[in-house]
Amino acid sequence: MTGFWDSTTGFVILTVLKTLALVVPLLIGVAYLTYAERKVLGAIQVRKGPNRVGPFGLMQPFADALKMLTKETVVPDGADRLLFVLAPMITFGLAVMAWAVIPVNAGWAIADINVGVLYLFAVSSLGVYGIIIAGWASNSKYAFLGAMRSAAQMVSYEVSMGFVIVTVILLAGSQNLTQIVLSQKQFWYAVPLFPVFVIFFISGLAETNRAPFDLAEGESELVAGFMVEYSAMSFALFFLGEYANMILISGMTTTLFLGGWLSPLPFAPFTMIPGVLWFLLKICICLFVFIWVRGTLPRVRYDQLMALGWKVFLPVSLVYLVAVAGVMEYFGWFPHA
Amino acid sequence: MSRIRWTWALVTWELIVGHMITLRYFFRPKATINYPYEKNPISPRFKGEHALRRYPNGEERCIACKLCEAVCPAQAITIEAEPREDGSRRTTRYDIDMTKCIYCGLCEEACPVDAIVEGPNFEFATETREELFYDKAKLLDNGDRWEPELAKRLELDAPYR
Repeated sequence: MTGFWDSTTGFVILTVLKTLALVVPLLIGVAYLTYAERKVLGAIQVRKGPNRVGPFGLMQPFADALKMLTKETVVPDGADRLLFVLAPMITFGLAVMAWAVIPVNAGWAIADINVGVLYLFAVSSLGVYGIIIAGWASNSKYAFLGAMRSAAQMVSYEVSMGFVIVTVILLAGSQNLTQIVLSQKQFWYAVPLFPVFVIFFISGLAETNRAPFDLAEGESELVAGFMVEYSAMSFALFFLGEYANMILISGMTTTLFLGGWLSPLPFAPFTMIPGVLWFLLKICICLFVFIWVRGTLPRVRYDQLMALGWKVFLPVSLVYLVAVAGVMEYFGWFPHA
Repeated sequence: MSRIRWTWALVTWELIVGHMITLRYFFRPKATINYPYEKNPISPRFKGEHALRRYPNGEERCIACKLCEAVCPAQAITIEAEPREDGSRRTTRYDIDMTKCIYCGLCEEACPVDAIVEGPNFEFATETREELFYDKAKLLDNGDRWEPELAKRLELDAPYR
């Protein structure tokens, strides 16, 4: 049995199949997230949301995708053609790439690497390149301003996000995401780390340029920020990238704080449900909160955004990290001490 | 101080209260109506598409007094008239330019014989501009088509006149 799948060709084929098995549901998820967002926002505003295309409007994402595909891609005169076309691909590609290390169920990660957290953090940090390249290549003042804002914002919030992740690593004693999930068997990290869990989630909102931190798009003053000059499929890629990033941040939150695929209570009726479903359910709850927040909060001012990132989240997460480390050292709780 | 208060408001109370409000609205019955299939109720005074009415014996009501033409603030109505062979005064031309009309309802207020009325129909969009230049035949046809509702509407509004 070990023969073929252990050879290089077998491994490559297996990995491609695994990737497909992950990416295809992910893309369908992204498509339906756009639908879910419109439905949930609609419900919050006492509207119905899309309900014309197919039953309950369920075919709406496909209608939108078809529309996008048939439109013309306009490249502005002064734009850097190569970078202009490349930018949305980078954004979308990175959003999908990060999923390689996220364990969907016990042992279901495509690449179960020991530095999973580091990889995740590196890839999500690279996301800023897609945006800044888009802003630069568009050769338009609105796009450029939007990209600058977005870059500054993502860099600021990545710092506190980093400290929060370090706290989790400290508790778990591993950078392997599967290990991190397994170490949450006793209690989810959202419980002892509740303040930084909140910080992580809010930073996640800022990271994905979602409301109330969507200044990078700021359609009221910057038209659409870094996306102004984009149309048709390249715009669709940005759009999908944003939603894929939302799912990614939800996946990270689930893995790091909400016990991944583990059931909330470790006994019979809960453990009978397969881990994938728990994982999906947790992601869906996170995504609902994403949309719920968008339906509730107005956009923050730019100085408030920066003040929140640097003057509130950074000190709090740093102090929490030191406190957790201190407590663990004092009680000798370090897993591999 | 202000920063402390701001932070406090941000991380706790107002945030939670705000989200609870939106969550409550999330579960409310929707205000949307499925328009082409469901419609809002409209008042008997609703000012929609125009119609020229007839008497029950089939005689057209309009006596070509041109009060509507005179009162029309948008000057959307054009009337020409001459005596018919039986001697009664009737219009030979009664045009309403629906692209000019502002649906103020002054024509039906001015009409002494309830001939020109604005009915309950508001779904008369057309694909060309020319289709919106209504002539007498079109208006009389509207009147025949909508007569039951037009009569009911006038009857309901009568106590308030």
